[in-house]
Amino acid sequence: MNIVVCLKQVPGTTEVKIDPVKNTLIRQGIKSIVNPFDAYALEEGVRLKERYTGKVTAISMGPPQAVDMLRDAISTGADEAVILSDIAFAGADTWATAYTLGKAVRKINNFDLVICGRQTIDGDTGQVGPELAEMLGIPFIAYVSKVEEITDRKIRVQRMAEDGYETIETTLPAVITVVKEINIPRLPSFRGMTKAKTAQVPTWKAEDIGAEKENVGLAGSATQVVKIFFPKIVQTAEMLKGDAETQINSLVAKLKEAKLI
Amino acid sequence: MAIYVDKEKCTGCGSCQEACPFGLIDIIDEKANIKIEGCTLCGVCSDGCSFEAIRIEREIEKALIGDDHRGVWVFAEQYRGEIRSVAYELLAKARALAATLETGLSAVCLGQNVNHVEQLVAFGADKIYVVDDPIFADGSEDPYVFELVRLIKQYKPEIVLAGATPFGRSFFPRVAAQLNTGLTADCTGLDIDTEKRLLLQTRPTFGGNIMATIICPVKRPQMATVRPRVFKKNVPDASHKGETIRVDFKKASVTSKTKLLNFIADLTERVKLEDADIVVAGGRGLGKPENFKLIRDLAAALNGAVASSRPPVDEGWIPYSHQVGQTGKTVCPKLYIAVGISGAVQHLAGMQTADCIIAINDDPNAPIFQVATYGIVGDLFQIVPLLTEKLKNA
Repeated sequence: MNIVVCLKQVPGTTEVKIDPVKNTLIRQGIKSIVNPFDAYALEEGVRLKERYTGKVTAISMGPPQAVDMLRDAISTGADEAVILSDIAFAGADTWATAYTLGKAVRKINNFDLVICGRQTIDGDTGQVGPELAEMLGIPFIAYVSKVEEITDRKIRVQRMAEDGYETIETTLPAVITVVKEINIPRLPSFRGMTKAKTAQVPTWKAEDIGAEKENVGLAGSATQVVKIFFPKIVQTAEMLKGDAETQINSLVAKLKEAKLI
Repeated sequence: MAIYVDKEKCTGCGSCQEACPFGLIDIIDEKANIKIEGCTLCGVCSDGCSFEAIRIEREIEKALIGDDHRGVWVFAEQYRGEIRSVAYELLAKARALAATLETGLSAVCLGQNVNHVEQLVAFGADKIYVVDDPIFADGSEDPYVFELVRLIKQYKPEIVLAGATPFGRSFFPRVAAQLNTGLTADCTGLDIDTEKRLLLQTRPTFGGNIMATIICPVKRPQMATVRPRVFKKNVPDASHKGETIRVDFKKASVTSKTKLLNFIADLTERVKLEDADIVVAGGRGLGKPENFKLIRDLAAALNGAVASSRPPVDEGWIPYSHQVGQTGKTVCPKLYIAVGISGAVQHLAGMQTADCIIAINDDPNAPIFQVATYGIVGDLFQIVPLLTEKLKNA
């Protein structure tokens, strides 16, 4: 099994603080982490390698400092890591990201399975996985919660549906996205950490993966941000006064009046 | 596409540094320096520059306005033979967009023996494309991707919208990728720039802390997904006339690469969260998993559904299927009771359109009170059992 896992480095919290004076994001003190859903993707890749033998390659498109996250990936079981870093990749939307990842995956010979997290916690789109599958022209299964079996160039998985679980089978190579229910990521091993320290993490630029400059980064993005603003929230609540008993009595009266109960 | 600082004009005043929502500008040697990593070219810095020292080159200047794509489409998702409510919600919004663009509105429904397809006309569609074939019955995505791509290539709509349901979020990006066009996820606002004939797509990002308006200037169609219950559906108008076009599905041209083998229903959810009129939600303030009993008891007394904010789900107190918010479900019940939930913007994104919101929290400054209709500041462990008791006897 030749497995490729896609990782993204994201801000370590979704509860980003806004500077009330400048009205900007406060980035100081927020450290970058691996996107939590991608950590499940990596763990599943490593587990499948342990089950079926093979190799796990972790890839990430991002700034040069994302290499730290890729070293962490090696310490938790990835065999190799590649960083896709090029100033030309900056500002990519999901289409351009999927295009770039697709080019990189193609460069990794004979891959069988690509695993992504179901979405990132900063962009929240969940689009890169399915778009990557189309860029590669291979089958796609989202929301995988269990890999049941891989046999004879086929993969059978359980995936979360709205009101239950589906068992789905497809042929390899394929792209899957995973949900948090799939596993509990392991901690780095001592051996892994030693390996991570000395591991070579090559940087691939646009020309290394044969990506056309007009298809990557801002230039390749079909979508563009034209405006950024902060959601306005105005205080509207009617605060109920008195002790608990009084508060509840007035609440129940209001709910009755509004015919909600 | 790029952003430039004119070092001649820049005075190093720092107004752009303060304006940048992402904190990407440093003043070095009295000149602005913009880090391109993370920059979205949003233009807030150049708008705030009094010296016109920041120049942004956008593709939009070269946009193909006079192309031949016309019309607004809604992908009317069906689930087990019924049209989903989000399709009607999208039709209401799309009707307004089509009116602004002075163009037609069509709905596309792929399925087998879908009930009440004609309802799509009453809810606003001028045309409905219906592809009826058993291949769509089990919800395997491949034939849906194939057929929608084919129809879009044939009829060339300028805008295509779909619901951000689990199915929509998985299959629609594949359609966009095949068409080599842009897709904006989870929009909460849609509007038209009439001058450039562009769809303005607004969505929360960074966990709902920032709103971004996004365009797709050159590629067509412009595609977006919208969460269920973000827009309100219109009252169906039986007098609205529309045309139904039955499209034959050419089976020979596609085989599904994925195969559904089995489905196991999850029966643990007593009341379906998205459909519930009353939702009672618990948050971090509950302190430990056992305390969710307070929430369940209150929900039972109201015959409502149980929900959660993100922290209890992350802690493993309650399954993900109960999570309401940006990364969970969007609900719009008649009554939403938030217990021990501080109200991070990303939670608010999933529930703030509820008709009546009650917040119970011990912190009077909790942001949840900013969206609540009624607020109770107090100890939830005292308030909630008392309220449950009162409601049982009411």
